[in-house]
Amino acid sequence: MSTATSSPAASQPEASTTGRTLPLTEGSLPQRVLRGALTPGGAVFILLAVLFIAVVWVNPSFGEPPQLIRFIGRTAPIAIAAMGQYYVIVAGEFDLSMGAVIATQVVIAGNYIGDDESRVLPAIALMLLIGVVVGIVNGLGTTILQVPSFIVTLGTMLALGGLVRYLTGGAATGNPVDTFREIGRGGIENVPVLDVLPYSVIILVLVAAASVWLMRSPFGRTLIAAGDNPDAAGLAGAKVWWVKTRAFILSSVSATIAGILLVGYAGVHPSVGAGYEFQAITAVVLGGVVLGGGRGWVLSAAAGAFALELLFSFLNFQEVESTWRNTVQGVIIIVAVAAAARAWNLGRRPPSRSVPAAPAPSPTTAHPGTETGEN
Amino acid sequence: MSATTDRTPDPAHTPGAATSTESRDSVRSRRAARPRRARQLDSTALIYLVLVGVVIVSAVLTALEGRNFFSQGNIWAVLTAMSVLGLIAIGQTLVILVGSLDLSVPYVVSLATVIAAGGMQGLDGNIPAAVFNTLVVCAVVGLVMGLLVSVLHVHGFIASLGVGLIVSGYLATNYQGSHGSAAPDLRLLGRSGIAGWIPTSFLVLLACAVLVTLMLRYTRLGHHVYAIGGNRDVARMSGVRTVLPVVSAHVLCSVLVGLAALLLLSRTGVGSPTIGSQGRYDLLSIAAVVLGGTLLAGGKGSVVGTMGGVAIFAVLDSVMGVMQVNPFLKDFIRGLVIVLAVAVYARRSVVRRPPRFGSGSRSSLPGSTMKEGTA
Amino acid sequence: MRHKMHRAPIAVASALLLGVFATSCSTEDPTDSTTGTDESSETSESPEASEEGSGDEQEWFDQAVYDEQYEQRSATFEGDPEKPYLQYIDGEMTDTSEYKANGEMKACFANASISNPWRQTGWITMNQQLKEMQDKGVISEMETRDAGDDDNTQIADIDYFISEGNCDAFIISPNSTAAMTDAVERACETGKPVVVFDRGVETDCATTFIHPIGGFAWGIDTAEFLIDNLEEGDKVVALRILPGVDVLEQRWAAAEKLFDENGIEAVDYFTGADPTEIKKIITDELGKGEVQGVWMDAGDGAAAAIEAFEDFGADYPVMTGEDEMTFLRKWEETGLTGLAPVYSNFQWRTPLLALEKIFAGEEVPKEWVLPQTPITEDERADYLEANDGMPDGHYAKFGGEDLVGYPEVWQERQIP
Repeated sequence: MSTATSSPAASQPEASTTGRTLPLTEGSLPQRVLRGALTPGGAVFILLAVLFIAVVWVNPSFGEPPQLIRFIGRTAPIAIAAMGQYYVIVAGEFDLSMGAVIATQVVIAGNYIGDDESRVLPAIALMLLIGVVVGIVNGLGTTILQVPSFIVTLGTMLALGGLVRYLTGGAATGNPVDTFREIGRGGIENVPVLDVLPYSVIILVLVAAASVWLMRSPFGRTLIAAGDNPDAAGLAGAKVWWVKTRAFILSSVSATIAGILLVGYAGVHPSVGAGYEFQAITAVVLGGVVLGGGRGWVLSAAAGAFALELLFSFLNFQEVESTWRNTVQGVIIIVAVAAAARAWNLGRRPPSRSVPAAPAPSPTTAHPGTETGEN
Repeated sequence: MSATTDRTPDPAHTPGAATSTESRDSVRSRRAARPRRARQLDSTALIYLVLVGVVIVSAVLTALEGRNFFSQGNIWAVLTAMSVLGLIAIGQTLVILVGSLDLSVPYVVSLATVIAAGGMQGLDGNIPAAVFNTLVVCAVVGLVMGLLVSVLHVHGFIASLGVGLIVSGYLATNYQGSHGSAAPDLRLLGRSGIAGWIPTSFLVLLACAVLVTLMLRYTRLGHHVYAIGGNRDVARMSGVRTVLPVVSAHVLCSVLVGLAALLLLSRTGVGSPTIGSQGRYDLLSIAAVVLGGTLLAGGKGSVVGTMGGVAIFAVLDSVMGVMQVNPFLKDFIRGLVIVLAVAVYARRSVVRRPPRFGSGSRSSLPGSTMKEGTA
Repeated sequence: MRHKMHRAPIAVASALLLGVFATSCSTEDPTDSTTGTDESSETSESPEASEEGSGDEQEWFDQAVYDEQYEQRSATFEGDPEKPYLQYIDGEMTDTSEYKANGEMKACFANASISNPWRQTGWITMNQQLKEMQDKGVISEMETRDAGDDDNTQIADIDYFISEGNCDAFIISPNSTAAMTDAVERACETGKPVVVFDRGVETDCATTFIHPIGGFAWGIDTAEFLIDNLEEGDKVVALRILPGVDVLEQRWAAAEKLFDENGIEAVDYFTGADPTEIKKIITDELGKGEVQGVWMDAGDGAAAAIEAFEDFGADYPVMTGEDEMTFLRKWEETGLTGLAPVYSNFQWRTPLLALEKIFAGEEVPKEWVLPQTPITEDERADYLEANDGMPDGHYAKFGGEDLVGYPEVWQERQIP
């Protein structure tokens, strides 16, 4: 597995991989789709479909294209953040600084741009630069200093959050100009069927396409190899430290993009981005990506984010007390991961070898989406 | 504090310079039958060296403010501040040693305070039953997490995050605001101490630290905890039953968290469904454990080190309080200290590493860089 | 309580929940039953015990306090209306002649936190007030400890002040009501003046307890406004920050009661003051059906709620926000029917002014109830003009116009 990943050939689908790290690159299209749906990374799409049907059933107007496209638009930030978190998790690390990065970018947008339209482009450049710098700090701290990423990113989370609030006195001056906010709030008007095509949807599609391309490139394969077994990847000649650092940079830049969209969507407020790191990790995990690295598909992470948001909307439509929301979220991630742990094992191991003793738990049978993933 | 000052070794890195701390540690190292004994010795010593450095810097800074760091009131405050976080961090140490993680602690703390306070209703006669019930509930929560981790192979991060979310939803829905009332005897305990210098809560912490240390060093369970944390598969193949130690670690952790909650209750007098989240005990306890030299990946570390980590936090908070540091800057400094301090130990305690991060840098690890970081 | 759990994921959730908590419930029950018997035989005196008896649905509603605050809304306040931070409702006074001091005294301030814009604005005002006090030679210095929203830390802070602070007076802004009671009593036992403000404690040992009228008054003002401007059967979405804070819970307790009585359909959500959440909730509610009113227990994120209506293409709601600049500006811009209730931010000046009186030996109200008057549409323009150039997180009724550093310090949000 590790040798294949170090080969630079991006267009070499039937490389001699015995593992299932990239199941979608083998066999004919129907086979690939079927096999993909049986992995946890594929099962999340089934979960997504089930949830979607449930929401539309409860509230038919949700299925109308204009409402639906708005929903996709407003979920774009968390989906983009989840895809960013995916790079880090698939490399076997965590990024807890995501929420603080988003908050920082939001405040910068508010305070630096203000009412000055000419500052929009420099501001975006500045924000991306800050995102890259945070990513480099996280990455080098994890790889060169050998501090666990959980701790490094916890440190950057505290430091960045504290510094920004210290410098701004806790609150930003106000919202930036509307042209900047249009990125997250506006869209292309008068589109047939959809009514409005939000820019955030376009950005989401672009980011998703770039992510797929990236994960199929040598970088993506090395990243997965480094997450699966850093020693082996290192011995095979991969620059593990640089690959992982790039994963952190991608994560922070994704958080930055999410921040830009959130400024538009919600406006400037110090609590924008709060808890995004755990939301993103939950989404990634829901997408069947394994904590500890080496397994998972980037679009599944985005699908996980959509599934999570659909679930919350479903709860809102059902008028379930919002205090129960956490509980539902907790149950879902445990069930999803428990099911995924079994499914990956089933898919990974030769059929002759028995699965480690894991008595079929009642939760897994009760769950609609992941159940399919096991069979 | 003074006790640790006495036994601090000079920074010579020869194993022959072992003092009492180190020799106690070497016993455990031998018993746990792990390699690199010499380096492990230095690791714990280094933590206390850093602690002494932090204390000296703090004493100087406190003196500059016209105060005495070693005054009765300040020592009492520092030791009190250590107690609650310390108990939680001991539990967290166990869980991390066995290769898991506990993010549910804030919610378990809150749950325990409302159950205990609700059970006591301000009457001494209810103390035994209320304490028993509280600890049993905590144990059950720990049991659930332990089973999720060991039997269903859910990553500790997700299992505890999920259980924590479930508990938080339960708390938010069923308890609004303070609940119940602590018994007068318990409140008295919260205020009592030895000669106005050492609070009883700190003695509780010490007793638990000693018991857990003895457990880790002298019992089969303790050795298995290290073995499983080091490498679960190897431990299993060597005939170690992995379920029991993992479950025990989680149960013990939650019970210790319950004890911490009782200490909190003895101070606040009422159960509060948010007290755990207020203290940010999840991330701070993990940070304290890692600051104490325990490997986040598991298998290596000690309660003695964790106590050092907790003390560093308490001293840091004390001096920042005296200096009236801007609350936002406090977070910045905490984040910085966590990363810098862990960077100092992490490089020396990671055994497996690519040759590039070889031994060349190991000799340049004086505590002096640390002091700069904390100043 | 609205549990309609009859769809698949919720069923899973509840099933698992039952599994997880089956044991915990069974262990809780014996405790509850024993306390029940204890209460009947020994009559427990703790106030919490009696509160629980009324069930958790209305745990925060207290008819007596509700009635009192209802009256106080129209009460006459003593003192100069130009200086609302010195006004109070006539009542019991504390004699402070024993505290009469010569020369400068040291104050010690145990603050709950500065974690939201309201507390930040107040904290800035308080520091400028402190400068005035120092110039006057009343107070030498104020040592501040910030508890970071943590009860345990604040208890430690107060104890530290008592043993190490060399304090001549204590100012305490409690993080929570019940938990801080013992610590405040310990401060009182030192025999030095203790000033408590904002949230209260369950003891009256403090020299003076400063607070605006209160949460019920807020709830009454806002709910009555919405009821007047809406029709029976209309829907109101209530956006609340977080559960369990008495000041906030009382606002909703009063409003919910009034909505119930007047046939207004109200759903409430906890948002954590996160505008992203607020916008999503409103959008989902609009997706379900029409929403005619929005009620908020704090103005944080009010703009996001309004924008949700704009982006959805729905008519503006009748809305209550807060005197935070974000809401006032958005209110004016959109021209919606609204009210800005006020939880008087100028109360952050009063503790130091109270100390000035106390050290001069002048009597102060035992319970210093400050005015709390909502900003109506007619007054809005004046407040917007007066606070021109202030950041969005600023509060219009901050009451520090006559202090040094005005307006730069507030505009730049200089927090020491």
